[in-house]
Amino acid sequence: MHSRSNAAPLALKLAAIGGLAFLHLPILLIFAYAFTTEEKSYQWPPPGFTTQWFGIAWNRPDVWEALSLSVKVGSIATVIALVLGTLCAAAVSRTKFFGREAISLLVILPIALPGIITGIALRSAFSLLDIPFSMWTIILGHATFCVVVVYNNAVARFRRTSGSLIEASYDLGADGFQTFRYVILPNIATALLAGGMLAFALSFDEVIVTTFTGGQQSTLPIWMLEELIRPRQRPVTNVVAMVVVLVTFLPILAAYYLTRDGDQIAGSGK
Amino acid sequence: MTAAVEFSNTSRHYGPVRAVDAVNLEVAEGEFFAMLGPSGSGKTTCLRLIAGFEQPTGGEIRIFGEPAGGVPPYKRNVNTVFQDYALFPHMSILDNVAYGLMVKGVDKATRLREAEAALELVKLPGYGSRRPGQLSGGQRQRVALARALVNKPRVLLLDEPLGALDLKLREQMQEELKTLQRSLGITFIFVTHDQGEALSMADRVAVFNQGRIVQAGTPEEIYKRPQSRFVADFVGSSNVIAPEAMARFGGEKRWASLRPEAIRIGAEGGVAAKVLVSNFLGSTTRLSLDADGVKLHAMVPAGLSVPQVGETVQLVWSASDLHYMDDAA
Repeated sequence: MHSRSNAAPLALKLAAIGGLAFLHLPILLIFAYAFTTEEKSYQWPPPGFTTQWFGIAWNRPDVWEALSLSVKVGSIATVIALVLGTLCAAAVSRTKFFGREAISLLVILPIALPGIITGIALRSAFSLLDIPFSMWTIILGHATFCVVVVYNNAVARFRRTSGSLIEASYDLGADGFQTFRYVILPNIATALLAGGMLAFALSFDEVIVTTFTGGQQSTLPIWMLEELIRPRQRPVTNVVAMVVVLVTFLPILAAYYLTRDGDQIAGSGK
Repeated sequence: MTAAVEFSNTSRHYGPVRAVDAVNLEVAEGEFFAMLGPSGSGKTTCLRLIAGFEQPTGGEIRIFGEPAGGVPPYKRNVNTVFQDYALFPHMSILDNVAYGLMVKGVDKATRLREAEAALELVKLPGYGSRRPGQLSGGQRQRVALARALVNKPRVLLLDEPLGALDLKLREQMQEELKTLQRSLGITFIFVTHDQGEALSMADRVAVFNQGRIVQAGTPEEIYKRPQSRFVADFVGSSNVIAPEAMARFGGEKRWASLRPEAIRIGAEGGVAAKVLVSNFLGSTTRLSLDADGVKLHAMVPAGLSVPQVGETVQLVWSASDLHYMDDAA
């Protein structure tokens, strides 16, 4: 019975393999083109293989500018999100107050809204308030959706953490700061790390909101978009794309493993 | 002597809900005190008021004569054993027990030594390196006890301390808690909805109903002389007899309570009753009887002959076992 119900028909297997291949083979194509000798157009199969584009990418200052801007924006937006998201999650899950559900919804809304709406809204708000477009306006734009990711992770963890732990800490003589340091933070740390990593990854490859909130600077994804139009040293873009894939994929993978372990830790205490 | 804990006209209202309503209470130092009542009767709120998690909305609480109003939980020399134990899942057992000393700035060697001693006190020596998730419910409760006692509180609060344990463990812990309390001399205040637990462990019991204390006294007083129908009903499973029925049974026309074990099955000259249900409980058999429209329970000890269901028997009790209640409520 068991083995029969577990075995999928051959057609389903093929469909599944085909679907996965369709999703992931194009990414491998990107990797392959990073090594091609043809610089003006993407030709398949590549006429030859070379690693020269890595060296060229390494020496191009515009790559470094875009990369460092992206890292700065992502890091600062993540830090803002961690602080605000945690505070908000704590308020929503620990206390009861009028409008709690509404606040919860309003916090999550930016990620539900299309990026273009967020982008247009922020752009008009910034110009209305006479705020010049800079790295900081990009950071603010990114923070709107980064907060959501951190908030969602933190609120789930707060719900699983027994409220009596905090009371127990007070009861044993710890003040508010000590309770946060020794009880709350260790219990939500993996959730925050996971939320922070996801937030960073989201910020790192964001295009739409960045387009609307940025000035002259380009973050890495925007730089890539511009590069694709220019027929000059095209494989450099692919080299950078590989880096972006690695930089965003690894944190997401780590976040996945961290939250999975977190579930086990939280569950074992019950 | 100043009371360990004193409530004077203390209330805790949540809007229109009177969780604790004008309670007066004195717990003497070194006493093992039980707060007994059904859920929602205000007993746990009283405990939280003593711990400092709640502040009274009226009246006053004094702990060893000091007004406790506005004093946060971490500044009270009172510790709590929580119902779900609330052990910190990310810390080892030893760090859990040493937590109170750690946040007070006791140096590491001293606090680990004292934590180890506290674990020995609750018969868990050598368990320090484990995590709370690796212990059984009974062991976790002992850790919670050790974690509270290591701070040398003057009052220990226990919220349904035995609620989550199975029967055998519960009986064992009852004895251990009592022994521990005697040897340490600390005032223990515990909350329970189990009248058996309250009667067997406590020096004194306060019975709560709807935010008020309806009766306080020694277990024997509460059991033998309930002041109200509620107490008679809640503490044990007393027969509560209405005034009219009492008159028919040949007693005074007042509310009365009669313990099931005080009723004997006699041959003649008693109150005639028909056996409705017979439940064999091991050491006794519990009978439900219908005496002229009044439902009564009686306990027949093992060894005596048990009447059949449907049989009509004569019920006899001595007048001294009959307890008349002033308050009908």
